[in-house]
Amino acid sequence: MTEREPPPERNYLVAFNTILYKEISRFMRIWVQTILPPAITMGLYFVIFGHLIGPRIGTMHNFPYMQYIAPGIIMMSVITNAYANVVSSFFGAKFQRHIEEILVAPVPNILILAGFVSGGIVRGIVVGIVVTIVALFFTDLAVHSYAVTIAVVVLTAALFSIAGLINAVFAKKFDDISIVPTFVLTPLTYLGGVFYSIDLLPTFWQRLSLGNPILYMVNAFRYGILGVTDINIGTAFTVIVAFNIVLFFCALYLLNRGVGIRT
Amino acid sequence: MHALEIQGLTKVYPTGKRALSGIDLTVGEGEFFALLGPNGAGKSTTIGIITSLVNKTSGTVKVFGADIDRDFELAKSYLGVVPQEFNFSQFETVWEIVINEAGFYGIRRPLAIERAEKYLRQLGLWEKRKDRSRTLSGGMKRRLMIARALIHEPRLLILDEPTAGVDIEVRRSMWQFLAELNRAGRTIILTTHYLEEAELLCRNIAIIDDGLIIENTGTKDLLGKLHAETFVLDVAVPLDAAPASENFPFSLIDPTTLEVVVDKRQSMNGLFECLSDLGITVTSMRNKTNRLEELFVKLVQDNDSEAVHD
Repeated sequence: MTEREPPPERNYLVAFNTILYKEISRFMRIWVQTILPPAITMGLYFVIFGHLIGPRIGTMHNFPYMQYIAPGIIMMSVITNAYANVVSSFFGAKFQRHIEEILVAPVPNILILAGFVSGGIVRGIVVGIVVTIVALFFTDLAVHSYAVTIAVVVLTAALFSIAGLINAVFAKKFDDISIVPTFVLTPLTYLGGVFYSIDLLPTFWQRLSLGNPILYMVNAFRYGILGVTDINIGTAFTVIVAFNIVLFFCALYLLNRGVGIRT
Repeated sequence: MHALEIQGLTKVYPTGKRALSGIDLTVGEGEFFALLGPNGAGKSTTIGIITSLVNKTSGTVKVFGADIDRDFELAKSYLGVVPQEFNFSQFETVWEIVINEAGFYGIRRPLAIERAEKYLRQLGLWEKRKDRSRTLSGGMKRRLMIARALIHEPRLLILDEPTAGVDIEVRRSMWQFLAELNRAGRTIILTTHYLEEAELLCRNIAIIDDGLIIENTGTKDLLGKLHAETFVLDVAVPLDAAPASENFPFSLIDPTTLEVVVDKRQSMNGLFECLSDLGITVTSMRNKTNRLEELFVKLVQDNDSEAVHD
């Protein structure tokens, strides 16, 4: 054993699948905390805003109010769950120190990022499907463009999964992982055109709303389902992809520097 | 080729605390090596840097020739680490923990299953494989971390206080297991506070204190530096005072217990003759402390006093 041994086979796909499997197992193991609550919460939105208040509002962009808000509510659940999955999983791994299991292994940081983000995307999509099934109890939904719908869901879930990971990297205590969802994500989501068209807003507020990235995601998804949008679909995709690229490289930089995970 | 080569390794934490002050260390392939030192001496920082959990300030570390900066994936693939603190998910089963770790190392599932069964059986955890890790006893958790560290069959196994807090029976079985691993050709680096463990298992020992290697030699050579040993003697007839002797300084611990310091140049025969001359019947005799422990304390104290004088 004096000669340098050939490098052992490195199978990145196995490593990626393991991180992804671990992530999916985690949120499925606690489905009562991860899958069920959004179904109930979003069901209540449909009951209160769609069923009770909706008929008094009438139509929006020529769609019944219930039908108009359904894509926004589905997208809201995708956003919050993709974010929550990665922020809690990554921070939990840091807190319990089992992130070290991955850090000591020959797993490139880009693979760690891809694994956790993919876990967030899967949870976002699973919850999105569950909420869509709940929505179908209240309204009809026909898909206008499958390509747009799928692309927007995946890109949005990816974006908020990456954002969740960045939050988890900086978090030092459990409070730190709830600050962003409470004080940033929720207000932006509610003001992101989930329950209304920005055409209803005065010009100043319309322009201000254009600074809210969630507006682009909600409208792109609404376009995919209903075929109506307040935002040019090309612009919406450009914004979503641009945010994904910027956040991806920020997250990778933080992992490469070992911020929050290496002493 | 060396299993581990460390040159000029320095670590200064952002707080300004200097944990390592340019240490040089080499561990040969196939060695069973002990890295000893008091709390806060720099042992865990050194291990943290080798395993890439701690960013170094300067210096180089090579594992079987692979630089941890330039060829970090290869270096990591040679390493298995058993940390001081439990670092697995409390919600996963024993089986999931070892199988997932194999996955992180890119080991395909059929081979991972084969190895997981092998190591869980060897470490007495096979019956517990479906249990969640949080339900295991402290000793089982330690063994789980060893099984997990071995799943990719690393050439260099680093154990940071692997027997801390486990009962003597488990500790002995772990010693046996580690000795067998080493005999099979695996290089092992061990940190421990049980110096008896280091003396029993390790052929070479380095002592680190205040971020510096103050001793690095073979276990036998190190013990050869011990100038005197202290023995505790139980006597048959209670004594009123410590017996007077020109050659051996006796002290009375209690009426039936004597303590005596025997210089390396003196013989035990001489001690027994002295005791016979004094009319003292000894019923049993033992070392006051482990020999290595005695030397360790002396070396660290010497280093501390040198630091004060500097």
